[in-house]
Amino acid sequence: MHDNHQPKLDLVVIGNGMAGLRVIEDLLEIAPERYNIIVFGAEPHASYNRIMLSPVLAGDKAFADIQIHDRRWYEANGITLYTGEAVATIDRRRRMVISAEGREVGYDRLVLATGSRPFIIPVPGHDRPGVISFRDITDVDDMVKASENGGKAVVIGGGLLGLEAAYGLHKRGMDVTIVHLMDQLMERQLDPAAAALLQHSLAQRGLSFRMGAETAAITGDDAGHVNGLRFKDADDSTLDADLVVMAVGIRPNIDLAKASGLHCDKGIVVNDTMQTYDPRIYAVGECVEHRKAVYGLVAPLWDQAKVCANHLAWRGHSQYDGSVTATQLKVTGIDMYSAGDFADDEAADTLTYADIRRGVYKRIVLREGRIAGVVLYGDTRDGPWYFKHMQAGTDVSAFRDLLLFGKAFVETGADETADEHDAEAA
Amino acid sequence: MTTTTQTTCPYCGVGCGVTATLDGDNAVSIAGDGQHPSNKGSLCSKGTALADTVDLGGRLLHPRVDGVRADWDTALARVASGFADTIAEHGPDAVAFYVSGQLLTEDYYIANKLMKGYIGSANIDTNSRLCMSSAVAGHKRAFGEDVVPGCYDDLEAADLVVLVGSNTAWCHPVVYQRLMAAREADPNKKLVVIDPRRTATADTADLHLPLAPGTDVALFNGLLAYLANNGFTTDLPGGAEAIAAAGPGRDIQGGDIATVAEAVGVDDADLQTFFEWFAATERTVTVFSQGVNQSSAGTDKVNAIINCHLLTERIGKPGACPFSITGQPNAMGGREVGGLSSTLAAHMGFDQADTVQRFWDSPAIAREPGLKALELFEAIEAGQVKAVWIMATNPLVSLPDADRAKAALEQCPLVVVSDVMRHTDTADLADVLLPAAAWAEKTGTVTNSERMISRQRAFLPMPGQARADWAIMCDVAQRMGFADGFVYEGPAAIFREHAALTAFENDGDRVLNLAGLADLSEADYDYLAPTRWPVTTCQPLRAAGAMPARQGVDQLFADGTYPTADGQAHLVAVTPRGPANAVSADYPLALNTGRIRDHWHTMTRTAKSPRLAAHIPEPFVEIHPADAELYGITDGALATITTAWGQAALRVITTERQRQGCLFAPMHWNDQFASSARIGTAANPAVCPISGEPEFKHTPAAIAPLAATWYGFIYAVRPLWVRAMAGIDWWIKVPGERFVRYEIAGCETPTDLKTTARHWLGVAARDVDWLEAADPAAGTYRAAHVDAGHLEAAVFIAPTPERLPERSWLAGCFTGQAMTEAERAAVLAGRPADASADTGPQVCSCFGVGRKTILRAIKSDGLDSVEAVGRALEAGTNCGSCKPEIAELLSQADKA
Ligand SMILES: Cc1cc2nc3c(=O)[nH]c(=O)nc-3n(C[C@H](O)[C@H](O)[C@H](O)COP(=O)(O)OP(=O)(O)OC[C@H]3O[C@@H](n4cnc5c(N)ncnc54)[C@H](O)[C@@H]3O)c2cc1C
Ligand code: SF4
Repeated sequence: MHDNHQPKLDLVVIGNGMAGLRVIEDLLEIAPERYNIIVFGAEPHASYNRIMLSPVLAGDKAFADIQIHDRRWYEANGITLYTGEAVATIDRRRRMVISAEGREVGYDRLVLATGSRPFIIPVPGHDRPGVISFRDITDVDDMVKASENGGKAVVIGGGLLGLEAAYGLHKRGMDVTIVHLMDQLMERQLDPAAAALLQHSLAQRGLSFRMGAETAAITGDDAGHVNGLRFKDADDSTLDADLVVMAVGIRPNIDLAKASGLHCDKGIVVNDTMQTYDPRIYAVGECVEHRKAVYGLVAPLWDQAKVCANHLAWRGHSQYDGSVTATQLKVTGIDMYSAGDFADDEAADTLTYADIRRGVYKRIVLREGRIAGVVLYGDTRDGPWYFKHMQAGTDVSAFRDLLLFGKAFVETGADETADEHDAEAA
Repeated sequence: MTTTTQTTCPYCGVGCGVTATLDGDNAVSIAGDGQHPSNKGSLCSKGTALADTVDLGGRLLHPRVDGVRADWDTALARVASGFADTIAEHGPDAVAFYVSGQLLTEDYYIANKLMKGYIGSANIDTNSRLCMSSAVAGHKRAFGEDVVPGCYDDLEAADLVVLVGSNTAWCHPVVYQRLMAAREADPNKKLVVIDPRRTATADTADLHLPLAPGTDVALFNGLLAYLANNGFTTDLPGGAEAIAAAGPGRDIQGGDIATVAEAVGVDDADLQTFFEWFAATERTVTVFSQGVNQSSAGTDKVNAIINCHLLTERIGKPGACPFSITGQPNAMGGREVGGLSSTLAAHMGFDQADTVQRFWDSPAIAREPGLKALELFEAIEAGQVKAVWIMATNPLVSLPDADRAKAALEQCPLVVVSDVMRHTDTADLADVLLPAAAWAEKTGTVTNSERMISRQRAFLPMPGQARADWAIMCDVAQRMGFADGFVYEGPAAIFREHAALTAFENDGDRVLNLAGLADLSEADYDYLAPTRWPVTTCQPLRAAGAMPARQGVDQLFADGTYPTADGQAHLVAVTPRGPANAVSADYPLALNTGRIRDHWHTMTRTAKSPRLAAHIPEPFVEIHPADAELYGITDGALATITTAWGQAALRVITTERQRQGCLFAPMHWNDQFASSARIGTAANPAVCPISGEPEFKHTPAAIAPLAATWYGFIYAVRPLWVRAMAGIDWWIKVPGERFVRYEIAGCETPTDLKTTARHWLGVAARDVDWLEAADPAAGTYRAAHVDAGHLEAAVFIAPTPERLPERSWLAGCFTGQAMTEAERAAVLAGRPADASADTGPQVCSCFGVGRKTILRAIKSDGLDSVEAVGRALEAGTNCGSCKPEIAELLSQADKA
């Protein structure tokens, strides 16, 4: 191929996380010869699957299980990898990145994949020892260490991350209370009914809750180490804690981009080919803002990485249109699925199914006969099927009365050929 | 120990022999009695399901007076004094009995004797008036006596069977089966069905003439003229007049096939075929029943048919006769004892009052005909009849203009009802309610449509305080001071007396003669094998268990002698006339009512059998699709039928079986089983001036969609009191194996369906096991109540009927066992999940890919890596957490 005769360009990737790595993988697949790839990762490890930190914390998986690639893989693919070395500056004029260590590397193309940072509520005491966030493997190590003596943990934030942290710490033997500002858990992904079921089953597993509670301060002992929370309420109530995990949200990590003069809003603003305002510089992942949207889940990153890699490889005109996302909670034995917009307003038709004794709840929101959002609890088998129809914008009117019951009731006979297959094989 | 009893089916007039077997646990099983000559071992669906109906659910087990339980003494005293006082004050004609073809001959005999011989009034009429009296009157006009000349064997012997107004396949199934078997054996035998509807019977006919309602006389007059034109002559009295009435110069140009065909509304060629077949076939039997009888010209229709048989001398010969088939098990027995107000007793008229009184040695005797059914209720309404005793019948459902009858009973000073069920529409209005013995407990005789007297034998003990009807009446008679005439040892004694009366001073002037049975011993009576009357000579009777010796005469009138004054049969000149109430602009359709296959009368018993209820579970109205379109009616929705007399709201069935301009609705449903399906309320009270039989087959009616905004159904393990439920405007009740189903609908959709549904199901507690699926915007709601894993109840609501799930799968969830997981997950879907959609336990939760799906794909597509699986199925390509499991499945598949 004539590609081979072209001189290789230098591609620098900042951030060796989920998104940055995926761009590299995709690129290796479609245009392995085009670039010299240099990767900077602030974290000390080669690469790991971040979302699997939760099972690691819970002790269901070991760190080794969640590694994606070791250093040999980078070597084998001719990739230069600098770990534990953050990029401090981008000199766009000279097309150079300069690491915290002072290393200078030039680039023809640059990919920003700096992810996001946990948001820390700036209450008094937020910086005490014993206050941890939940973002990377060091956080997990810290939590595992803190849990070794048992004791009390408080997780601030009843969202996906907070609950997974709480569950993990509980499994590690800590007495865990979840402190949540709202009256219901995961209010962005769940409706009150599903949230109540979720809270009920977590409570049954032994987790405690302080709902509708706003933290006033994180208190400490004489040594300054965390020893509890004080709430903003009428009687200044308190809660003891040996460990406080802050899981109240994330903020795109845009400091570097901003400093280098790239246009940022909530995140680094990119176009449909994942380019920033500087066309040599791409950005992907949680650090990105695309068409006003910022994402906090992996599925959109895959789409973004693919578009980015295609563009870097000069492969056609694929473009990123934004993503609809679906959320699942990784707590063993709890099945929960949420996707889309399930706000209940005039224009929305809400379908619900509830079998509380069996712990099953489903809510599907339709707009103009199409699925706009879905919340499933207890039986999430059909989540992806709803999601597909949601993405495809299928008019579900024809099977609306069976929609709540899922694919097996709507698509009768759909899998027949497969079964015939089986029968023949047998 | 098992015991087997030979008895007789209590439903239709076929009168099949039944063997009832009780096993050690008192479980009843039913089979056809192979020794019974009428059915030779066959039974229809109703007969087969008899065992389902003998349980005590809903039975009336104690007397009740003024709505409270009472002892027999109190109840009998109240009846006796009530009747005696009324008679004393207002005379004998101020009281009446309204009885039924469900009574045994012995019961009937006592009722008739008490009323006509002791009270001295002829105010005893029976529900047979509603189905048979036109045949009775027609027989009397033609033969001089109410006699069915043939027997079922004639149907088999015939080369042409004409069924007129008889959906035999459904209403007399075993006769129909015999007919079908005979046709199978000899394909040359022809079957013609004359019926406005294309019934199940018509489906199997060689020729179906869907005549316009009420044109039977025109049709048979046309036939008579055709026959006369084609060489048939007669010297019989009335013959010339009848032919003249049918022939040229009259309204209908008899013999001119096109004119007749037009008047009757059938195809010329079809009519021609029928006429030709009739003219050419020596062995012709014309079977007729309610479609002929229930008409304001019922008696004329009967005679129009008989005229054709008399002209062609097709009577008194094997395979040739006019054949009236009765609806009820003992309509014939009732006619034999004289239980109609228009005869006196034992086929004797009021001119023989002295004879009867002499026999009875009674203090009084009715000398004038009494009130016929409808007149009787009118007299109650007018306050002329002040005390009425209703036995074994449910007139508020079965009478035409039934709401008027209801109003009449409501203001009648004394209403006594003997019944087996605690609640019937009529029983609910009783001042005194008396618990009667039911079929399985009764001892006596019945007579079927072919003059066959069969024993009904008890095989279960009488439950609670139930008593035989004859015994109840004898007690009342004694308390009224008539002790002498009402002391019997048992039914055998009554039967002997009845038989003796038929023979009393009978020198052959009455065909009904049971002289040969007048001296039956108790044992003879016990073992009495089915016996066809007349039984004039005393023959030794063989014990049951052997084929019964042929007793009576199969074909009467073989010698051409008839019990008329001149000893001859009479033709009757009849002229066609339209139904009493013609259709009009306001009521443009002709409403016809009738039976369906698996229900009996007002369902008090058949509704107990889920098997029977399953055939046609709900009341309906059949309408031709073109009419449906015209009136804005849709199949499956509800419609209101309005007549000048009343209303009913029924499920619509559009079908081309129905003639345009006609409606059909079944007669069975009543207020116990439906909110507004008592079609009798809508039927016109027009009657045949001769027989007094109501014109059920033709009421002018209008139809309009019922403005239901929602439809639904409820399944419940225990019956619910739906009639009292707020928001339900229409309902019907369908009993099932282990549940009751209610079809429901309403004209205003409840705003809070969940609360409403819980209220309906009586599920108040918050923490019950309750499943629901709601789509409020669409107006659909489905919920189920489960208790300890058992499905207790389920409710389904939707804006249109077709958005409700099919009912049968749900019925199968009521197994008495705890629900399976699969059932629980599916129950509100109303159907099982597609079994082939079983993907196995979830492996990839991001894309919902199951273990079985992955294994299948590995095998069929030869996938060999996690990535390959990902490419084929997407599994593992999002969060990647299932990749280890996929790898595990790959290695498993590899080893396999
Ligand atoms: C505990 C946990 C559980 C999760 N569970 C799920 C889940 O179940 N499903 C789901 O879809 N998503 C889940 N997520 C979210 C998901 O992990 C993120 O959406 C995803 O990791 C974002 O990828 P990214 O590459 O944009 O960011 P990251 O994966 O965070 O990668 C960014 C990397 O860039 C590095 N970096 C930052 N700045 C610099 C710099 N200047 N120089 C060099 N390196 C730099 C960071 O150290 C980091 O390693 C979870 C996240 C966490 C923390
Ligand atoms: S209902 Fe009639 S046909 Fe059916 S079994 Fe009874 S008697 Fe026979």
